[in-house]
Amino acid sequence: MESQQGQVKVTQNDGVAVVEFEDRKILEEISIAQIGETLSDVVQSVPNVKIVLSFRNVEHLSSAALGMLINLRNQVQKVSGKLMLSNIRPQIYEVFKITQLYKLFEIHDTAAQAIHQMSAGDSTED
Amino acid sequence: MNNDLEADCPPLECLVIENTLVAAKEPERLILEAVEKHGFSNDATFAIRLGLEEALTNAIKHGNAGDPSKKITVKYYVGPDQFIVCIEDEGPGFRPARVPDCTDDARIGLPDGRGIMLMEAYLDDIRYSERGNKIRLIKKNN
Repeated sequence: MESQQGQVKVTQNDGVAVVEFEDRKILEEISIAQIGETLSDVVQSVPNVKIVLSFRNVEHLSSAALGMLINLRNQVQKVSGKLMLSNIRPQIYEVFKITQLYKLFEIHDTAAQAIHQMSAGDSTED
Repeated sequence: MNNDLEADCPPLECLVIENTLVAAKEPERLILEAVEKHGFSNDATFAIRLGLEEALTNAIKHGNAGDPSKKITVKYYVGPDQFIVCIEDEGPGFRPARVPDCTDDARIGLPDGRGIMLMEAYLDDIRYSERGNKIRLIKKNN
């Protein structure tokens, strides 16, 4: 199942919401608030939500985007959900390294790997 | 003195913009067009885009406190070897040294406070006016 919600595309895959940023693109201050609201809706959509945030199309991001990610992480934790990031190109990953935020997020090379890890985590908990 | 930041710069283009994120798009567009025209590397372009975004956002939101009646002055130079920008707001200024470390354990989970760190990491030179309401960024074309 797939839905387009403004600047993000949400696909359901094996109980995991895979969220892809549209438009290339550019997570900049001017669009962050709207994207944050959309992602909040995804968090609230199901109990114990599982989200993989794919940065496949992201070529640039600002500190505002990092703030949005932290807020998202906090929201997901509040509902006992899981959040992973994927498809972060090296230039963007460098931003996570400089700000030490790679320590806060579980990051995978691909969305498929992240989804697999989510499922493996569920199996361990059962 | 504010003008010290410009003292050893080549001639600078000058724009005065409204204090909004939308208005900030215009100097960003002009600068990035010039950067592309001068063949800056992908990494340098990334750094310039990031630095501009952070500096302009800080001026709008913090320097001018989001006040729509205030203005921001953007002066820039883009040449084959380097990019220089001076961004000045109309606010009271601030002390960069007093900005807390956003990588501190107590602060890493907070959503704000990373703009200055990113500018310092990505730009080759950053200077503030004595008052703290003007910043100069330099990035070499590598």
